[in-house]
Amino acid sequence: MLIPSFAPAFYSGLTPHDVMYDYDKIKVAWKKFFIDFQPDTHGGCEVPSPGRFLDILDFKLYKWPGHGVSPETTYQCIEGEYMKADEYDALIQDPFYFLSFTWASRIFGALEPLQTIPHRASIFEMYGVSFPFIPYGTPPVQAAYRALLEAGNEAVKWIGVINSFSKEMPELGFPAHQAGPTKAPFDVIGDTLRGTRGIMLDMYRQPDKLLQAMEAMTPIMIQTGVGMAKQAGNPLIFMPLHKGADGFLSDEQYKKFYWPTLRKVIMGLIDEGVVPLLWAEGGYNSRLEVIRDLPKGKTAWLFDLTDMAKAKKALDGIACVMGNMPMDLLTVGTPQDAKEHAKKLIDTCGKGGGYIMANGAFFDEVKWENLKTIVDFTKEYGVYK
Amino acid sequence: MKEKEALKIVEDRLNAGKEPLKILDDAQRAMEIVGQRFADSQYFIPDLVYSGEILKEITDMVKPKLAKAAEVKRVGKVVIGTVAGDIHDIGKDIVVFMLDVNGFEVYDLGVDVPAQKFVDKIKESGAPIVGLSGFLALAYDSMKQTVEAIKDAGLRNKVKVMIGGGQITEEVKKYTGADAYGKDAMVGVSLAKKWSGAG
Repeated sequence: MLIPSFAPAFYSGLTPHDVMYDYDKIKVAWKKFFIDFQPDTHGGCEVPSPGRFLDILDFKLYKWPGHGVSPETTYQCIEGEYMKADEYDALIQDPFYFLSFTWASRIFGALEPLQTIPHRASIFEMYGVSFPFIPYGTPPVQAAYRALLEAGNEAVKWIGVINSFSKEMPELGFPAHQAGPTKAPFDVIGDTLRGTRGIMLDMYRQPDKLLQAMEAMTPIMIQTGVGMAKQAGNPLIFMPLHKGADGFLSDEQYKKFYWPTLRKVIMGLIDEGVVPLLWAEGGYNSRLEVIRDLPKGKTAWLFDLTDMAKAKKALDGIACVMGNMPMDLLTVGTPQDAKEHAKKLIDTCGKGGGYIMANGAFFDEVKWENLKTIVDFTKEYGVYK
Repeated sequence: MKEKEALKIVEDRLNAGKEPLKILDDAQRAMEIVGQRFADSQYFIPDLVYSGEILKEITDMVKPKLAKAAEVKRVGKVVIGTVAGDIHDIGKDIVVFMLDVNGFEVYDLGVDVPAQKFVDKIKESGAPIVGLSGFLALAYDSMKQTVEAIKDAGLRNKVKVMIGGGQITEEVKKYTGADAYGKDAMVGVSLAKKWSGAG
């Protein structure tokens, strides 16, 4: 399995800017990539978000090619406290309002006026029926809604390309290995609400509020995953895991803050027939014992820099293990290095089945020869004889 | 770590007319313990972030009481930044912070730093140690180009270069031509101490 970031664009000699602003180029480049390298699956081509959409809404959460970083560079997140330390109650009491209005008005410059939309304005009878609608008559809110309509049109243009790719690929022999993503509640709050620094201070200063907020996000993250799986008719839901990696949290912190709500999301997805595909970015050596606490045969774990012998041993009979083709080998190694590593992986993890060869981290420009060597070698050597 | 207790002690000592510099010295010693515990895997990133926050609060309380800006004894100079094309700063900021509390004069050039800017700062500051940070794989090339720019400026034998970041390994170190890589902030501090003779 190959899970690229902007690699298909670079492979076709295009920049991230090219594919984010000319949606037709996405399909051409991604198709070429999968056809040339011949992995067993495709993972969609949603990586290049629509640039015009981001421009219209004045997206603040990321810098993207031509907008804060160079056209040749991929988009990158700008961490910040998009949710303030004293806003936990607002999030806990009504996550929908908080995310759709308060948070949205901060991460999209064009939606700033939405913060004037009243919270819990109620309509009960004729008297006062128009009160909650007064903000919609003001010029700033109307401008925000015009931006939303325009952005919606742009998103529709973009998804047309994405859908046509997703329809065509299985016909070419590449089934999709995912229907879409959801996240661990700790990462939702730590990545783009409170930021790394914010959530880490909250672990000390207001641990109970943080725990409650993660509980409040849990059903939303389950519904997000289930909804996408149903819509795509594909049970595989990706979960990129960020801030629970080795070094980020102590064992105790992981067990108290990270794992309980992640496990609830996983179990909630499994109950609805979804197969969570957990992508443990960074190292996960210190978490292997903890993550064993899952029902057998219901999850797959993709590892980046984890010791794969240990991962295989810990999850044998519990989960499918994947990944660990490292970024340094793909980028600066020789084809021979890549082949040797692939052989080691198959020898170590392939015993008794339950291993899928894949890259460990999202990749952009790598040595294409190395990538090809890995796919070809895996097809030749990674077979049951 | 006990934030409220620590701040109360500082307040009491300031009210009792104790020497403000002595308070900062003690806070500095506390940070050395934090660094050691991080190196020993007793503390993790949240503990570094939290202790840094407490240190900042203490410094803010003590500073107005200082007669003049305290002359902290510095053990060495380090020029550091996230390389061109990459804007990730969390890891770099932790290294800057740990170098600072360990007595280094740190010239933090920020993120997406062009190679020439590193060269200029090395010349201007005379720093013998350079730290290059990066999270994306494109940083491999930016690091390599930065090391080459340092070489082209005739400075390569005057500085030691260390690199770090999520996807940095021994292989990447070789590729970039750096002298060493650190898997975490305290390894960076150890390298800087070793190279400056402060270890």
